[in-house]
Amino acid sequence: MNMKRLITYTMMVGALTGISMVGRSTAREMRTDEQVVRITASTFQFQPSTITVKKGVPVTLELVSEDRHHGFKLADFHLRAEVKPGVVERIRFVPDKAGKFTFICDVFCGDGHEDMTGTLLVLEDSIRP
Amino acid sequence: MNNLLNRRDLLKLAGMGVAVFVSGTTVRAGGSSQKENESFYFVQLSDTHWGFSGPNINPDSQGTLKKAVAAVNALDERPDFVVFTGDLTQTSDDSRIRRDRMAEFRDIVSQLNVKTVRFMPGEHDASLDRGEAYQEFFGDLHYTFDHRGVHFISLDNVSDPSGSVGDKQLLWLQSDLKQMKKDARIVVLTHRPLFDLYPEWDWATRDGSAVIDVLLQHPNVTVLYGHIHQEHHHMTGHISHHAAKSVMWALPQPGSLPRKAPISWDPAEPYRDLGFRNVEAKVAEAQYEIEEFPIVRGQ
Repeated sequence: MNMKRLITYTMMVGALTGISMVGRSTAREMRTDEQVVRITASTFQFQPSTITVKKGVPVTLELVSEDRHHGFKLADFHLRAEVKPGVVERIRFVPDKAGKFTFICDVFCGDGHEDMTGTLLVLEDSIRP
Repeated sequence: MNNLLNRRDLLKLAGMGVAVFVSGTTVRAGGSSQKENESFYFVQLSDTHWGFSGPNINPDSQGTLKKAVAAVNALDERPDFVVFTGDLTQTSDDSRIRRDRMAEFRDIVSQLNVKTVRFMPGEHDASLDRGEAYQEFFGDLHYTFDHRGVHFISLDNVSDPSGSVGDKQLLWLQSDLKQMKKDARIVVLTHRPLFDLYPEWDWATRDGSAVIDVLLQHPNVTVLYGHIHQEHHHMTGHISHHAAKSVMWALPQPGSLPRKAPISWDPAEPYRDLGFRNVEAKVAEAQYEIEEFPIVRGQ
């Protein structure tokens, strides 16, 4: 496969899967221990609702919606994203503080929206999740 | 009047130009003159959530709004108008139920003994259909009106489900304010807080800082809002922001619990932390006095 064909193929895959990225991460920047967590949003929950990561180790969140338009907001890390059906939204960040942090749906999605929350648990790097 | 005020639990809010009376005494200052620039008062009710059902939160969900209407009608002096600052109804995915609730709400509040009732949407009323049903029953999502020397601006930060005002409405606001004198008395009515009260609980407006930047160009601006189901007072520069209690259920103080959840009903103190407020506009002084009232006397 020559380079031109490879680029065309990559663009087609991106268009078909609807993948988008928040941030500037690329495959070349990924560490071997990078934490990738897929979170599925649906009325009115995130699955998983608790995610555990290590401080100082990059995290990529892959956000998808099973039904309608939702939002993802992790205020303590100044992160947010639209979460829509058919689109995988990726957020890459490095958790720089340990603790327990709440993320919420910040796009009103119905009677139960207020319950649509989750917890990010950031452990010190020396502690295994 | 002074003696009556002395009996009240009076909280002076330094620098806010606002006095808050935490009581249910209903004798008020100010006459009934209709002249511009004289004091008048209006009533703010918020977050009535008609259609809500939750026995542990409010076992009288079918009766509380009606009691609030009766309490307003029982005030010794009739307010100039009543305004509902959003979440008139509990949301529903079913558009027919949504409209039924709006019709029932409208029927109940039609019993208010006042000439003018103003409405504005909350996210429960307008976010799922971008305000389509709301407009059928209650009119425009954002608008202005003038009353006895005060310019009222009702801002919509809910029909966009992301909780934004949006560029179009922001331009509309800028255009409206350009027509106002610099020292105009301006009261902004909105549902969500315009400032970042507690973003972790989504108590904010996504583009609220842009709205506040526009409002800051005028020296006499006060914001009244709802959404957080409790009394709250805050300053951004010279602008004061005052959240109202809910008629239906109370919420905890921002960040006081790991998770935002309605406060359970206390049978020993029914209707505790629910209420409505009178706002007395002292137009010449550009000051406002807020007096909180319970749903049921004696609470």
